Order: sequence, then structure tokens, then C-alpha cells
Amino acid sequence: MKALRVVGTIAVSVFRESVRDKVLYNLVFFALLLISASYLIGQLTAGQDVKIIKDLGLAAMLLFGLFIAVFIGIGLVSKEVERRSIYSLLAKPIRRHEFIAGKYAGLVLTLAVNVAVMAVALYLVLACMAVTEPAAVRAAWEAPAVDPAMLEAILLIFVELMLVTALALFFSTFSSPILSASFTVGLVIAGQFDSDLKHFRAIVHSRAVADLTRALYYVLPNMAAFDVKAQVVHGLPVTAGYLAVTTAYGVSYVAAVVLAAMVIFARRDFR
Amino acid sequence: MLAIRTEALTKDYAVGFWRKRPYRALDRLTLEVAAGEVFGFLGPNGAGKTTTLKLLMQLIYPTSGRAELLGRPAGDVDGRRRIGYLPENPYFYDHLTAEELLTYFAAVFGYRGRARRDRVARLLDEVGIGVERRLQLRKFSRGMLQRVGIAQALLNDPALVVFDEPMSGLDPLGRRDVRRLILRLRDQGVTVFFSSHVLSDAEALCSRVAVLAGGRLVASGRLGDMAAFQVRGWELVMTGLDEARVDRVRDRLLGATRIGDGRYALELPLESAPDRLVAELSAAGAELVSLNPVRDTLEDFFVEQVTRSAASAPPRWPAGGGA
Repeated sequence: MKALRVVGTIAVSVFRESVRDKVLYNLVFFALLLISASYLIGQLTAGQDVKIIKDLGLAAMLLFGLFIAVFIGIGLVSKEVERRSIYSLLAKPIRRHEFIAGKYAGLVLTLAVNVAVMAVALYLVLACMAVTEPAAVRAAWEAPAVDPAMLEAILLIFVELMLVTALALFFSTFSSPILSASFTVGLVIAGQFDSDLKHFRAIVHSRAVADLTRALYYVLPNMAAFDVKAQVVHGLPVTAGYLAVTTAYGVSYVAAVVLAAMVIFARRDFR
Repeated sequence: MLAIRTEALTKDYAVGFWRKRPYRALDRLTLEVAAGEVFGFLGPNGAGKTTTLKLLMQLIYPTSGRAELLGRPAGDVDGRRRIGYLPENPYFYDHLTAEELLTYFAAVFGYRGRARRDRVARLLDEVGIGVERRLQLRKFSRGMLQRVGIAQALLNDPALVVFDEPMSGLDPLGRRDVRRLILRLRDQGVTVFFSSHVLSDAEALCSRVAVLAGGRLVASGRLGDMAAFQVRGWELVMTGLDEARVDRVRDRLLGATRIGDGRYALELPLESAPDRLVAELSAAGAELVSLNPVRDTLEDFFVEQVTRSAASAPPRWPAGGGA
């Protein structure tokens, strides 16, 4: 109970810090701008308008969420250590793993609020579309404008952002913000091609390389698995099973990475 | 009961970029601080004071040895409920106000609602933070941050406070306030362990001190008990003297300094009787201004210990550590 209270207190502080960060406002502003602009772009394309709005809106949600996760996530621990604000805090009755859990929970809370704001904005734009377009145009849409199925894509975007936050936090427990950002972005990009690694051994002759790529396939996060935007936009079904398995995969990966961050942080000297 | 106890506490750091080698920042420190005393932890820059304090708060882990605070191992989370810590040159969150910072830390201790608000307000009052408490901390001067740092260290009514250079960054008024605060804590039965290289603070506040140099303890004990602080002579200040009168008694003096306008400071050896000299000079028309025993100051003692320690050059590269 005490541990939960401490984690909650730290999480609320991170949330407050993020909310007061100008970077966050800039990112949210540009995300909302892009979602709104998608409406105008949709007007220029006959019959494709809703798809473009959904596609651009979901992409903006992911992209700006990634910016927030990386740029705030990498500073969560390293900034506290660099500025020495951590000394006073860790001298309080706080266990080091509670500190990490609180920092993580705080940024995930920030991301949840941001994703919710962007989702509401996207649904508003789409609702506007549904009201203003004539019935004949609406009949040609593959999926309704205000489609609840979009929430499936938004859920997986959120899980992906949770994972990226965990990676940024992990690197920030032992490296500088610049290195943390490089490692995190590198892993996110590599994770997009993770599925390709599975089939790599079919085209390489070296057993060692094949084994290495196989090992990498299991170790690297499979970021592409979280991308169901295309199905949702085109009105194709995403099964509940797929959603459950992918979410479980993301949450397990997050747990492993946060645990690793806790282990490293628990042994660290603050010189 | 002991408030702090360390036993052969040692810390090595790995230094060097390519070839890492251990550097001994603290060498087998054994120290005991009794509950309720004000203890000064002295030493020049780089002596290992901050390293020791960080080891006590378990911000760093010892290479060997152990430390206990209030009877519990250093780093014991429940033990920290009764401990306050002020880091050297404290720095806090830019985006928070002083009030919010203390509210945040008070929440960590489990204080809620009105009790928390009252506690935060009282402590900010105590350290002299007025309307500024609603300003973000990035607008605070170093001295103001130091005051906030002291307030956060006292949030939990600690039984032991560990202050790392508490006077650092403070103006004379601030220093006076902190001195008073430390004495008030002592009167309330709180153990105060503070590091400093400002010796006058230690002289004014401490019942005991320890002197650290080159990572090693070079002296510790009660200020009054230390041999260096024994009376080693007398200093007389008299008016109505002239050079001829001083020359007549010069063979009994260790030294004589003309201050001006017939005023002289005369230094006598310990075995001489100052009252007899005063009577003799008074009979010749001189007048006594002051008579004081001459002791080595803490500064003299400190310089001597540190110089001696440097001369014996204790190795800071532990065995097998190279160089």
C-alpha cells in the first residue's frame, strides 16, 4: 500500500512536470493541426476523404506520441541525475524500483491523456465530415466516418507508445539523454523490420548469421505488430484475439524492460 | 545510543577512460556520533566528506565496510522516515514552486490534507521563504534554494539530520539563521551531522568534530579535549604604554605588537603570571583593556592536520589499483 502511494505520488509529479513542459504543448498543437489539416486534404481527393483523414489522424497520433515518449522519456531519469534533484528524493523513504515505476507510470499517464485528446479531435473531424457530406458520398465509404473500430488501432498505438516509453526510460537509467534518444529511436526503427529477421535465414548461407538474426528477431520489439491502421481505415476486421495477443505481447515486453531498468538503477552510484 | 556508526567504511571509484583503475575516495572510516550531539565533519575540498554523506544516505554503495544510522543499516527505507538530508548545492525541479516541492516530498512521507499544508507552510516560514514560495524554483537564487533544501530536510521531524555544507551559498543573515536553526534542533534533541570547510561554523556549533583529509580520518574528538586547543599563553592588551616601558618588560614577553595610540598587545608564555605584569605596568600609568588566554584556533589545528596528512601522502590508489 505504501509502495503504491509512493509510486502514485511520483507519477503525479511526472505528469505535472510534463504538463508544464512547453515541448509537450508544441507537439500536441502540431498533432491537432495535422489532424485538422487532414480534413482540408480530404476535400481535395474525391471519394478518398474519410480514409485520408483516418490515415493521417492515426499517423499523427503515433508520430507525435513517439516524439513525446522519446523526448520526455529520455530525460525522466537522466535529467534528475544530471541536475542532482534525485539526491533529495532518494534520501526519502523511497525504494529505487518505486522511483522507476513512478516515473514510468507518470509518463504513461501523460501519453494516455494526449492520445485521448488526439482521439477526440480525430473523431470530431470525422463527425464533422459525416454531417456535412451528402448521403451519396457517405454510401461510397468502406467504413463509417465515426467508426468505433478505430479505437482498436488507437489501443495498439497506445501500447506501442507504452513500449517506446519503457525503452526510453531503460536507456535513461544508465546513459546520457543524447545516447538514450539514439538507442531508443534505433530500436524503434529496427523493430519495424523485426518480422523480416524471422525469414532472414532463408536467404543467408552462414549458420552463425542465421542464428544471430533469429536471436535478434526474438529480442527486438516487433513494432510492426502494433500497426493495424490500414485494416481499420479500409474497414477490414481486426480480431479480438489479435488485439489481445498483441496487447499481451506489448505489456510483457514493457514489464521486462521496466524490470531491467529497475535492476540497473538499483545498483547505480550517484556520484 | 549512537545516531551514526561507521566501521571501516571505504569507497573506491573507477577512474580513467580506457584503463579503469580504482581511486580511493574514502579509506576505512570508523566513526561514532552520539544521539543528540552536533557533530562537525571537516576537511578541505576533495577530502571525502560528500562521499561519506552519500554513503550514509546510500546514494552510493560502499566498496567495503558498513554504516548504521539510528541503529539501522544505511539505506534502510523505513529508517529514512527519521532522517533528513540536505545535499551539497541542492537543486530541485524547475517547474515546481517551493510550496509544491515541499508538498510533493511531504506526500512521499504520507502526510495528507490540512496536516500537510500546515507542515509545509510552517517549514517555509521557519527557513524564511515568504511570498516567494509561490514562485517556480528556477527563479530562486542559490541561497534561496539552500533554504528550501533545509526545509525539505526537516519535513518529517527527523531524529537525525545530515547536512552537506549547510552554509554554502548563504549570505551572513542566512548563515546566522542556519546556526540558530542547528542550535534549536540540538535543543530539541535532534542529532545534527554536518560537513563544512568553514571552521568558524564548527567552532560555534559543534560538540565534537572529525577532520578528514585525503579520504582518511586524521583527527576526531571534543574541541576542548584536543591537545591543540589547550591554552598555550596569554594575550594582554593595555593602553598608556610607550616603547620604553615595553622594552623594560620585553624579556618576559613572547612578543609585543603596537596597535596604536599607546595601545599594545603583549603575548606572555603560559607559565608567567599575567596579573603581576598587569600590576607592574598599571603602577607605571598603563591601563588594562583585556586579558585573554591564547589557544590554537581550529583553523591552526586544521591546517596542521591537513598539511601533515598531505606530507605523509596516503595512497589513494588501493593495493593492485596501479599508479
